[in-house]
Amino acid sequence: MQLPPFQALVDAHARELHRFLVASVGAQEAEDCLQETFISALRAYPRLRNGDNLRAWLYTIASRKATDLHRRAGARPSLPLDGEHADGPAVPGHQPGDDGLWTAVRSLPERQRAAVVHRYVLDLAYREIGSRMGISEQAARQNVSAGLRRLRLEVDR
Amino acid sequence: MTDLEHRLRAVPAAGPDIDATRLGEALSRRAAAEHLLDVAYGELDSPLGRLTVFVTPAGLLRIDYDNDPLDQALDEITTRVSPRILRSAAATDGARRELDEYFAGRRHAFETPVDWRLIRGFASGVLHATARVPFGQVTTYRQVATEAGSPRAARAAGNALASNPIPIVVPCHRVLHADGGLGGYSGGLDRKRFLLRLEGVLPGS
Repeated sequence: MQLPPFQALVDAHARELHRFLVASVGAQEAEDCLQETFISALRAYPRLRNGDNLRAWLYTIASRKATDLHRRAGARPSLPLDGEHADGPAVPGHQPGDDGLWTAVRSLPERQRAAVVHRYVLDLAYREIGSRMGISEQAARQNVSAGLRRLRLEVDR
Repeated sequence: MTDLEHRLRAVPAAGPDIDATRLGEALSRRAAAEHLLDVAYGELDSPLGRLTVFVTPAGLLRIDYDNDPLDQALDEITTRVSPRILRSAAATDGARRELDEYFAGRRHAFETPVDWRLIRGFASGVLHATARVPFGQVTTYRQVATEAGSPRAARAAGNALASNPIPIVVPCHRVLHADGGLGGYSGGLDRKRFLLRLEGVLPGS
């Protein structure tokens, strides 16, 4: 199996992965998170067995990096839980009209968050979301609905 | 669509676009520091057109003229060396600067080491012999063949030189026919003439 040169992955996916991460962790952390994603990918790259869906592989790593970041942020007790103090790592990217919705998105479980961001930020069809997440179209749909249900509980009050 | 879905679409959660060049440089710097960057490449403009240099932690791996397609070079290097390849101005800076100085006439010898791993067998002997020919001097196909251990293999030496992955720095342009004929050059004879003029072997135009 012939893998593409790693630079080709960066060229093809950096921009959209960045958008995915801005929505997942906020603008302040997104660039670091993107770099972490590529460094982890680069570390594993030569040993990669299956080069069929490199995009799904990159999004899986990026989702995991976002989750790690939330976990670290969550472990810090001083951090605000909602979007009222926009200077903590979990709630950057705060802007007018953002009444905690994105904070709630960012604290969704990893798969739901990834599915919701793919659906509403990257505007993808369920089939494509499934392909990028390495799950079925049906599972993609379920993750989006589960994410929306949870978001409603958080913000539609 | 529900109100919530509208709000998810309406908030432009995507901030400013990334600066691809800055990301690339930061990434390649960090990859190099963590020993994850096996091959870096970068370009420079020269009197012979755009050159692409490929370097590894061991040294200069390959130099391409602009008639060599980059995609093909990257595929070959992926197969023969490693797929951990990134574009990097910083990692290729030393080699590019030395080439600039050479073309400006301020440098006669290159200090960046050569990574010989793309060169095998008889070609290795021929190109090592070629690398010992100093600036401004020339040798013959027969002579480099002899130094590589096969005095009668002048033609094979010509083939080895034609496949030199590191032109200019491994100076295959300094190898001529015994009768003074220019012989060949994979980058085209105009480039060979230019380099020989630059080094004062051929009279300037």
